[in-house]
Amino acid sequence: MNKKKIPLYKQKGFHLFLMNLPFLILVFILSYLPLRGWINAFYNYKPGIPLSQSTFTGLKYFTMMFSDRLAVKEIGRVMANTLGINIISYFFSPLAMIFAMFLTEIKSKWYKKFVQTATTLPHFISWVTVYAIAFALFSVNDGLINYLLLQFGWVEEPINFLVETKGLWLKMILWGVWKGTGWSAILYFAAISGIDQEMYEAAMIDGAGRFRMMLHITLPHLIPTFFVLLILSIGNFLNTGMEQYMLFSNPMTADKLEVLDLYVYNQGLIKVQYSYTTAVGMLKSIVGIVLLFGANQLSKMIRGYGIM
Amino acid sequence: MSTAVMGKKKRMPFGEVCFQVITGFIFLLAALVCIFPFYYMLVMSISDNYLVSIGQIFLIPKGIHFKNYVEAFKMGGFIEAFWVTLGRTVIGTALTAITSAWMGYSFAKPEFWGRKFWFKFLMVTMYFSAGLIPGYLNMKMLGLLDTFLIYIIGFVSAYNTLLAKTFIESLPASLEESAMLDGAGYLTIFFRIILPLSMPIVATLCVFTAVGHWSSYMDTVLYIKDPNLYTLQFVLYNYINQSQKLASLMQDGAVISEDALKNVVSAQSLRVTVTMIITLPVLFVYPFFQKYFVKGIMIGAIKG
Repeated sequence: MNKKKIPLYKQKGFHLFLMNLPFLILVFILSYLPLRGWINAFYNYKPGIPLSQSTFTGLKYFTMMFSDRLAVKEIGRVMANTLGINIISYFFSPLAMIFAMFLTEIKSKWYKKFVQTATTLPHFISWVTVYAIAFALFSVNDGLINYLLLQFGWVEEPINFLVETKGLWLKMILWGVWKGTGWSAILYFAAISGIDQEMYEAAMIDGAGRFRMMLHITLPHLIPTFFVLLILSIGNFLNTGMEQYMLFSNPMTADKLEVLDLYVYNQGLIKVQYSYTTAVGMLKSIVGIVLLFGANQLSKMIRGYGIM
Repeated sequence: MSTAVMGKKKRMPFGEVCFQVITGFIFLLAALVCIFPFYYMLVMSISDNYLVSIGQIFLIPKGIHFKNYVEAFKMGGFIEAFWVTLGRTVIGTALTAITSAWMGYSFAKPEFWGRKFWFKFLMVTMYFSAGLIPGYLNMKMLGLLDTFLIYIIGFVSAYNTLLAKTFIESLPASLEESAMLDGAGYLTIFFRIILPLSMPIVATLCVFTAVGHWSSYMDTVLYIKDPNLYTLQFVLYNYINQSQKLASLMQDGAVISEDALKNVVSAQSLRVTVTMIITLPVLFVYPFFQKYFVKGIMIGAIKG
């Protein structure tokens, strides 16, 4: 490299850095600075009162989740919601892959494009719009589905889809599937288009049928992508987002829909339990990182590669 | 495209025909399930309100009129929310697109001082968040609660920068070299060469980001109390819940004023109209950009 030492302020690379610095500072302020809030979990923090005047509570809010009877019950319910929904949705996760695999088998190019365009549409609308659609279709007073059911005499009374708690998790997951499958399939389309055509031709010569080819050529090529997404999702195991569950919550369904993120919101911002929910959020972030690294290691052991 | 290429000149065997028909039909159902709700709401929004309320409308619009749309714009809070949402979509998207492209370009240059470190610094934010409450308190401390600024301040996007960087790295280096020999600086090269060539990925970013802004609801919930700063989605959600409350009150036999009654009857029509107004821009724009972001994801997937 250079023997002459160019002073830092003269290096072009440093100039480039300076030209990005404002944005990096912004990232710091918005993403790293909030971390100082973590200290609140160790104090009995009340808004407006500086920490120096608040009681130091140590790990009280952390252990509270496991010792305080009320908290344990609540957390238990919330975790059951969160984990239950996540675990059940895992059963649906290969759907996007299967979708892509079968859609590529369709011969007509324009039809493929039509289906792809149609099925990626739900991804681009907001959850509020989804809720509006759910309302228009499933509402007990004027929803389309109930109207049709009554018309055809399949039921005596309208079914209150939006309020019933039976199969609620499944319904939430199905909305997620409706919204996300077409979109996730795009990733698999990309992977499929990268597969060497010669493999299929060779297999065809050997007399392999379509399903055999899908099983032995296409599928193995897609598994890595599927795995990467699976690992990432394990890291996200405690996350579910909040928006969908918040929107569909009503007095009847709220208990079963309160996932961890929503619980933190309800307790934290609505009930102003800052310290407690900061502690919960902290634990959640830490567990998430541990899960992510753990899943990554597991993947390295099993398949020889991970994402990090 | 595995077996789709073969056998084009020969007649399809019967088994193949069956397969194509069955699979094609299943996909048709999938496509319809995705499109139908929008079609249904569109039909409802332009059909005669009375017919809608007694459930006569299904596939064909009847008594077509556009009064609902006019009414929607007159709704309390709608116009303000419209401008707020439009404003943040345009400004936020422009900011994110430019910075993501610029930072993506910068990170693609090896001489970037502390490149590896700063890139990780940025990428970590994708996986790790300080939490809801710390985030809220942070915004409070910064004085951003209840401001328009809060909607657009987060314009630096790690994900979009990553997309841009991956794309720009695939551009041939020779393009820059001749410009640099002529003494062009980073900014010149960026605006004159890199940016024009990066249009596919920038278009992709723009679509993602714009849709994100247009769809946003959570940040209003978390950070905004001022009704003048509500986003469209938020207004829609409130409206759905309000009209629902009124409707269920009616069902329970409560006595409602004549005005409220009129409101409920046309509430359903108005609801779907507002939904349509919010969704139509997306429905229109999206097919045009579809080829861009499908390409964008493919590039990202193959590289990443």
